[in-house]
Amino acid sequence: MTEKKPELILAFESSCDETSVAVVEDGVKIRSNVIASQINSQKRFGGVVPEVASRHHVEQVTLCAEEAMTQAGVTYGDLTAVAVTYGPGLVGALLIGVSAAKAVAFAHQLPLIPVNHMAGHIYAARLVKPLVYPLMALLVSGGHTELVYMRGAGEFEIIGDTRDDAAGEAFDKVGRVLNLAYPAGKKIDDLSKLGQDTFNFPRAMIKDANYDFSFSGLKSAFINKVHNAEQRGEKLSKPDLAASFQASVIDVLITKTMRACQAYGVGQLVLAGGVAANSALRSALTSAIDQEDPNLDFVVPPIRLCSDNGAMIGAAAHVMMARGARADLDLNADPSLSFAYAEEVLN
Amino acid sequence: MLVLAIDTSNRAMSVALVRDQTVLGETTINVRKTHSESLMPAVAQLFKSTSLLPAAVDRFVVAQGPGSYTGIRIAVTTAKTFAWTLHKELVGISSLAALAANVTTSAGLIIPVFNARRDAAFTGAYRWQNGELVSVLADRHTPMASWLAELATQTAPLQFIGDDVESFRPQITAKLGQQAQFVSGIDNLPHASKLALLGQTAQPVANIHRFAPNYLRITEAEANWLKQHPTNEGHEPYVEEI
Repeated sequence: MTEKKPELILAFESSCDETSVAVVEDGVKIRSNVIASQINSQKRFGGVVPEVASRHHVEQVTLCAEEAMTQAGVTYGDLTAVAVTYGPGLVGALLIGVSAAKAVAFAHQLPLIPVNHMAGHIYAARLVKPLVYPLMALLVSGGHTELVYMRGAGEFEIIGDTRDDAAGEAFDKVGRVLNLAYPAGKKIDDLSKLGQDTFNFPRAMIKDANYDFSFSGLKSAFINKVHNAEQRGEKLSKPDLAASFQASVIDVLITKTMRACQAYGVGQLVLAGGVAANSALRSALTSAIDQEDPNLDFVVPPIRLCSDNGAMIGAAAHVMMARGARADLDLNADPSLSFAYAEEVLN
Repeated sequence: MLVLAIDTSNRAMSVALVRDQTVLGETTINVRKTHSESLMPAVAQLFKSTSLLPAAVDRFVVAQGPGSYTGIRIAVTTAKTFAWTLHKELVGISSLAALAANVTTSAGLIIPVFNARRDAAFTGAYRWQNGELVSVLADRHTPMASWLAELATQTAPLQFIGDDVESFRPQITAKLGQQAQFVSGIDNLPHASKLALLGQTAQPVANIHRFAPNYLRITEAEANWLKQHPTNEGHEPYVEEI
């Protein structure tokens, strides 16, 4: 009797400031997940400089790929396919992963699977446990704040989106005002634990009959509060400022997410994206579910799988490959790639 | 020795398969389309037309820059990934040298020019010596005015080459007069077969992983950072495995 050969996907991710290559087995098991982070470089500039990011990716990409193959203990003959993030993200950064993945796929005559980075974030949850459809995903990162409804595997519909800044972007901008080094998300999370929500910043669109978000008003309210105090020579409590800002973001995210889960009658909620690493958001969502919808299964990946990584791309590629997704050798980066918007939104 | 050569340094893209001194195939595309879309299909077509497989290549040769930052990254990433994944040799050649190699008859200096915007250029000076193309004035990013002033001190005829030369022509003629000559027609486009020939005699890189483009310029963000932080305190190493 011959054993069934496992499906092994070599997955590349380079959409922002992490170069990552992973080997994923059958869409569920991480055989390796090598991540090279540029934070130490980009924090010099207080944010990601695209040209600097692209230059680092070129220096890292084969190194990460070699380590991913070695750690997984696989040869090219074992691989089923090569997958790559082709958007959304920084175009110059994406092109490094795309170019490298194409070269490996062509050199070894392997299929090339194009993956939407946001699908990767959602399928990071599949590395934790099986997904049950229909499900709702709350995607929160530096570039996105979306509620995504999934009728089935690999089917994505945006039912709510930010009208202006992404949640993670607001964290970084507020972090700059508080003189916190980039990236500020973790530092605001930690600082908030020492403070209280005393400033009552606005909860934009919280009562609107849709699932959209807006964070630019909150950001402005925050900046005005700090600047007015500075002009009066007052000193505001940084922990209270951080806690108040974070509470406003979390309140809106949770209210809309819980409402969407009920309107769509989903049995599972996935929290994904870089901001999913926020400990207050995780625990607030857990207690909201306990109180309002205890049967809702809440899945949130471990922190290492919330930030950008190749394993989540390999997990998504497994699903997309089964649905017939294949890229030709003319695959290009698509910096503004997006899921489709739902034709009709249930309220 | 079978060589695959790749040049996507500027608008034109050129790829070639060359065995020893014989050009088996060459594709040059000169339209406004992204290299990301054009490069790999052109490479695949070359292998198909020549009934060869990528694994048959002994050495990958790439135009390593200077040029368009995105362009040189696509060629360099493709070439280094091929070399790494197939365990083959990798050679980087100056993109300016690759273009200069189009001029085979000049007894003087060959001056390849890429427009770097803001009245600046990526350029250098080359000369053929005993059948070898030699760099006489090193590749550089320079304001065109000071480059022309430096060239004016040379006594040899100066042969300007490159698609971008036309945009500088009045300035060149005003400064150098009869000393400046201009290459015409298709010689102004890079030909990867020439790049392959230069690459055959060059030394392969020792560390493929560390191979990166020669941008000849640090980024504006890094230049500003270094002005304010001359000792670059506390930030190395820039990239860490996490």
